[in-house]
Amino acid sequence: MTVEIPVEKWSGKVIEVALGATAEEGGTRTHAVTVGGQTTLPFLHFEGAIPYPPRIAIEISDQRPGDWSPLLLEAWGDVVKDPAAWAKAAEEAGAELILLQLSLTKDGDTPVTVADAQAVTRQVLDATGLPLIVFGPGQVDADNELLVAVAEEASGERLLLGICEEKNYRTIVAAALAHNHLVTARTAMDVNLAKQLNILISDMGLPLNRIVMDPTSAALGYGMEYGYSVMERLRIAALQGDKMTQLPMLVTVGYEAWRQKESKVGVGVPEAWGEWEERAILWETLTTTTLIESGADIVIMRHPEAVRRARVFIDRLMGK
Amino acid sequence: MALTGLQIYKLLPQTNCKECGYPTCLAFAMKLAAKQAELADCPYVSEEAKAQLAAAAAPPVRLVTVEGPGHKIEVGNETVLFRHEKTFFHQPGLFVRVKDTTPVAEIKAAVEAAMGYAVEYVGMSLHLDGVAVEAASGDAATFKAAVAAVLEVTDRALILMAADAALLETGLSATNGTRPLLYAATAENWEPVAALAKAKNSPLVVRADSLDEMAELTEKIKGAGVQDMVLDPAVRGLADTLVTLTQLRRLALKKNFRPLGFPLITFPGEVAEDLLDEAAFASQHIAKYGGFIVLDRFTPASAYALLALRANIYTNPQEPIKVQPGIYEINDPKPASPLMVTTNFSITYFSVANEVDGSGVPGWLLVADAEGMSVLTAWAAGKFDAERIAKAVKSTGIEDKISHKKLVIPGHVSVLLGELEEELPGWEILVGPREAVDLAGFLKLWNA
Repeated sequence: MTVEIPVEKWSGKVIEVALGATAEEGGTRTHAVTVGGQTTLPFLHFEGAIPYPPRIAIEISDQRPGDWSPLLLEAWGDVVKDPAAWAKAAEEAGAELILLQLSLTKDGDTPVTVADAQAVTRQVLDATGLPLIVFGPGQVDADNELLVAVAEEASGERLLLGICEEKNYRTIVAAALAHNHLVTARTAMDVNLAKQLNILISDMGLPLNRIVMDPTSAALGYGMEYGYSVMERLRIAALQGDKMTQLPMLVTVGYEAWRQKESKVGVGVPEAWGEWEERAILWETLTTTTLIESGADIVIMRHPEAVRRARVFIDRLMGK
Repeated sequence: MALTGLQIYKLLPQTNCKECGYPTCLAFAMKLAAKQAELADCPYVSEEAKAQLAAAAAPPVRLVTVEGPGHKIEVGNETVLFRHEKTFFHQPGLFVRVKDTTPVAEIKAAVEAAMGYAVEYVGMSLHLDGVAVEAASGDAATFKAAVAAVLEVTDRALILMAADAALLETGLSATNGTRPLLYAATAENWEPVAALAKAKNSPLVVRADSLDEMAELTEKIKGAGVQDMVLDPAVRGLADTLVTLTQLRRLALKKNFRPLGFPLITFPGEVAEDLLDEAAFASQHIAKYGGFIVLDRFTPASAYALLALRANIYTNPQEPIKVQPGIYEINDPKPASPLMVTTNFSITYFSVANEVDGSGVPGWLLVADAEGMSVLTAWAAGKFDAERIAKAVKSTGIEDKISHKKLVIPGHVSVLLGELEEELPGWEILVGPREAVDLAGFLKLWNA
């Protein structure tokens, strides 16, 4: 009996977005990292093109992160005090992109200044040839002030700047436009909100191939399925030809997985949760693997062992 | 695939005799299509039409039940490729494999650990579903002893794995009163294995190296009288499994291809390097179309992660999980500890509860019945207004547990402040942060 395999004929394609600029392109990165370009659902190689694998970014911070799980601090060791050393360690751990997370304050409660943000961006750019993602502290005024300064400092590097949200995107987009960077657009787990923000940003003149969507992720056990399904819907819409959904997707799985109790703490938890480190790495790994299969193009991770696991997972899915 | 009213009409006598209670055969057909009438109400329908209608009404992925002495698991009857299209209905069975070459005492210990495992998640107690016993020894007596040993320590469902019908039959003889899943019929052994499955009314796994061979084999086995089948397409790699399981689900749902319309079984441990690797494989099979997932490794942490993932993926997207409205005590609160209110949408609740918990500050969390919506959605829909919040305060008896009259409301609904002060005379209403993530800082200040 010959079984006829159903093949979907998709008309749409995910837009290719290149992060980082090499010397020829006006930057200093050793190579650019491209995502997108798919013409089918994740890893269904038999019916379409999947030109690029999902990319792993490792999150580092400008300050030693005070609120991170001891497991993470232990895994990275002394480099958490030195963003340049941390960036190098992240590259060695398998990062294809570095996320530099800027803080609101340093040494307790002194605000991080424009000069601080520029200096740390420069240090990280000097320490690694990988393309860089830079996120502001998450407060509107500080984000705008610091990201504009970072955009100037790294002019031409094609950084991915974030986070643009509906309530605050104009200043960041303008900085990206002025200095040849990209932006990430975050919306709250909703297909229409995602489209709307993409429209608002592209209306400012930023081409779609300089926008990455962050549909908002959640950790395993904490609403991950909502993000999972929104990502599946966005990707299906993209393949059906809905232009404003055709952007690559980014998920902050490390942040999400490691702020949950399962990963963060080892005492005062139910015995059934099992061994702490094993559980914590599983939590980040399975949040990542599941969202990769729902369409994530960039996964921002934290633990080197979870990164190693995700790397193997991606290689296998890409047929390596 | 369900037939339309017109398609059903063509199979009816078309005499408009009205004996079914409807004025015309067409009206009756429409009711049948809407599943509001029973075909048996038509006294004149032909046997052929009955057979055709029954076949059309059968689910595209057959529901297969596997039963142990005290538990059963049903898998199949799925109707969508993506959970957002409706929902996934029957969670894949998570089984742990033991081999009969392992000493009986070790088998028992492994089964007790895995089957005795339970974890609380979102108010549910989650556990694994059963044990796969493999006749790795190839020896009938050894296999039988292993099966008997497993059943001494668990009443969950079983999968019996053996290379031939004789071994399977011996294993089955130790499982009286249960309905294990038999593994596996192949192109070589299908005749005796199918005969055994038919005689014992056991569901049967069919394994083949290609979908063409698989479809031929299931048709033959169906012809031998076995209806309840499970498919092992004999792929093990991550990329191949995703592709093959997706193709099988598509064939069943989009083509209504009966020969492959059965639940699927996977063995993530067979190619995985270690426990975490196996869990990563299993995560794919949970999300993408696994029906029975046979694990080779078990630890509490891996079981918890996979059970939580399964619960997440199989949550009905149309009905967000809610938590019970009421008072939740976090970090052993005292009468002077802060009182916060939020909604009963599970994510909202868990975000808030987790942040309060993580802050180390003891607190009372009042969860109002907002019909399972998040704070902003519920407020916009009028399900989280001053009246509802006041009702929650009054109906839960929280006033008797605390020594103050201060209520923290989410920053997103600061507009409710005035109304709430009217609804709750004598109370001081405080506006908290908009996002749960800022609660820890807020609580530390509030306490000071």
